[in-house]
Amino acid sequence: MLTIPPPDVLVQGILSGILMGFVYALIAAGLSLIFGLMEIVNFAHGEFLMLAMYTTFWAYALFGLDPLVSVPLSAGVLFLVGWLTYRGIIRRILGGPMLAQIFATFGLAIFLRAGAQFLWTPDFRQVTRAWVQGPVRMLGVSVGLPQAVASVACLVAFGALYWFITRTETGVALEATAQDRQAAELMGINTERMFALGWGIGAACVGIAGAFLANFFYVFPHVGSLFALIAYVTVALGGFGSIPGSLVAGVIIGVIEVLGGLLIAPAFKYVAVFVLYLVVVLLRPQGLFGKF
Amino acid sequence: MRRRAWCRGLLASVVAVGAVLGLVSRPAAQTKEVVIGVLYPMTGPVAQVGIDSVNALKVALDIINTDMNINLPLGRGVGLPNLGGAKVRIVVVDHQGKPDIGLAEAERLITQEKVHALFGAYFSSVTNTASQVAERMGIPFLNAESSSPALTERGFKWFFRTSPHDGHFSVAMFDFMRDFEKKRGIKFKTVAILNEDTQFGADSAKVQDELAKKYGYEVVARIPFRTGTTSLDAEIGRLKTANADVVLPSLYTSDAILLTRTARNLDYNPKVIIAQNAGYTDPKFVAEMGKEAEGAITRAPFALDLAAKKPLIPVINDMFKKLSGGRDISDVPARAFTGFLTLADAINRARSTDPGAIQKALRETNIPADQLIMPWTAVKFDEKGQNAGVRAILQQLQGGSYHTVYPFELASKEPMYPLPAWSQRR
Repeated sequence: MLTIPPPDVLVQGILSGILMGFVYALIAAGLSLIFGLMEIVNFAHGEFLMLAMYTTFWAYALFGLDPLVSVPLSAGVLFLVGWLTYRGIIRRILGGPMLAQIFATFGLAIFLRAGAQFLWTPDFRQVTRAWVQGPVRMLGVSVGLPQAVASVACLVAFGALYWFITRTETGVALEATAQDRQAAELMGINTERMFALGWGIGAACVGIAGAFLANFFYVFPHVGSLFALIAYVTVALGGFGSIPGSLVAGVIIGVIEVLGGLLIAPAFKYVAVFVLYLVVVLLRPQGLFGKF
Repeated sequence: MRRRAWCRGLLASVVAVGAVLGLVSRPAAQTKEVVIGVLYPMTGPVAQVGIDSVNALKVALDIINTDMNINLPLGRGVGLPNLGGAKVRIVVVDHQGKPDIGLAEAERLITQEKVHALFGAYFSSVTNTASQVAERMGIPFLNAESSSPALTERGFKWFFRTSPHDGHFSVAMFDFMRDFEKKRGIKFKTVAILNEDTQFGADSAKVQDELAKKYGYEVVARIPFRTGTTSLDAEIGRLKTANADVVLPSLYTSDAILLTRTARNLDYNPKVIIAQNAGYTDPKFVAEMGKEAEGAITRAPFALDLAAKKPLIPVINDMFKKLSGGRDISDVPARAFTGFLTLADAINRARSTDPGAIQKALRETNIPADQLIMPWTAVKFDEKGQNAGVRAILQQLQGGSYHTVYPFELASKEPMYPLPAWSQRR
């Protein structure tokens, strides 16, 4: 059953698993942030990613902006998308039944996906002449330079997010709102603003991840759903609402995915990921770093 | 966690409600009109293929319903002459690539829309379920592009396929390997099979596995994977470990893009790649990845560079481009076009919309090579409903576009071998 690949293939696999894991982690961090703040699962998270990738693609196709240049643009656009989603939809259904909350983002996801197909056709689009492309040698093996750049950038964005949440006044206010909304309000925190900010930042995380992803992954209206499933598993594995949990879980999933494929069989790679997920959920339902 | 379970249940009910709403019937077809139910993926990852195919059918409808003076079946005169000039109309439904939706829609087309025949459905898996309905209800089903060999091995009486299947295609690949070895005095020993996991990829891999043994090649890796995966790093790692002389991928567009990019980044460069069509012939793939995928060979039932031998091709291509916003007609829509004309021609010869008469006429089909845009010798069905006149060609990406390289007598270029190193590609 077990295939032992040559050492260089193994190193290459683990390395690319880690690189991809950082990207998974940043996507999951946005989801986790929103969940931690108001206990709403954003089912349109994958579609936010799709919007980010299209933003990057169109900036490239229409204005010749390289994905690296359009990272702030993508982050900004997605911040706005997140903010507006909160102001326009989430705020209105907060008091409603739980089902309404679930269906709101679910409906938004379908709306965005179908809208993207209507406006931009179902074609697979790509950034064909990016600044960073092709392979790079790391630890004696070849890996994708765009993946390497994306993972470093995601790690930096991750650090910035963590710093913001734990070290700045606004971040602490955000954390306070997440812990106890009423108490936070009594302390004079504008929780309404915090929620909108949380959605904005959560979406902006995907904006950054999406911009780097568009550098090496094709863009099409359903691209979000490929990554969204992994993001949900990452959040559940790392612990709902835990930002560092997302990072650890993202890397674990990235590596397990490649190792499962390399050592056992590629058809097995998601089995490996989900078995791990099930084991963790059974033994530690709150996830690796979850608080509740 | 409860929330998640809720969602899943509700998701299912939403789909169910959607399916019920889809059943609202429209007025029944008028007489003196032939209605054909068309099943294609119009949304989802491969929607573009469905859209292109429907455009090809519109070209065919134009040729049938108006007087065009083209040397094609029904190219002259208005409508179907043997049915008093009856016009042909299509009802297009979207099966989203899902076999269950294909089945429900086929049923609806027959019972509610009262179609006289069914046509579609690209995905072998959907063709499989939809044609079961047609078989049960005794309605002719013409399939123009699904390549799973099993489809014509079911003993169905109402199922006809104009296209070659993966058996034909894969035989062409192995014939090429054998002939190319002789031509160049080289020897291939091992092959690796990489396939996505829907019916298309799975059946293709199965046939290739059998053929490899028959032709005396060792299959050193057989790698099925989940289509639409986020990364192919592990799969490339497996291929590197196996280090086969020839790699045989059966992939849809998204996976073909990812495979090419990942192979480049992980520096994996096999000597020969022979693909089972699909993603490798998607015009978007050719346009954007053509240079990167330089040297990849694909089997194809159709090529624009056959125009020198087939003067009809540019004529049809011009008509197609007007509908498609400038895209060239590619393999799948060209096959859809040919299959649809075959069906319309049979209905015309049947002189009636009676299913039995159409079935009989389909059995008697004999369209000669000069009335086809395909490189086939004829359209002529065997007792299984498979077109016996098919012929597959192999094309190779050279300088960013496909050129026919096999059979050698139809070739417009010499095969490039081995593939150029990644550092020498642009």
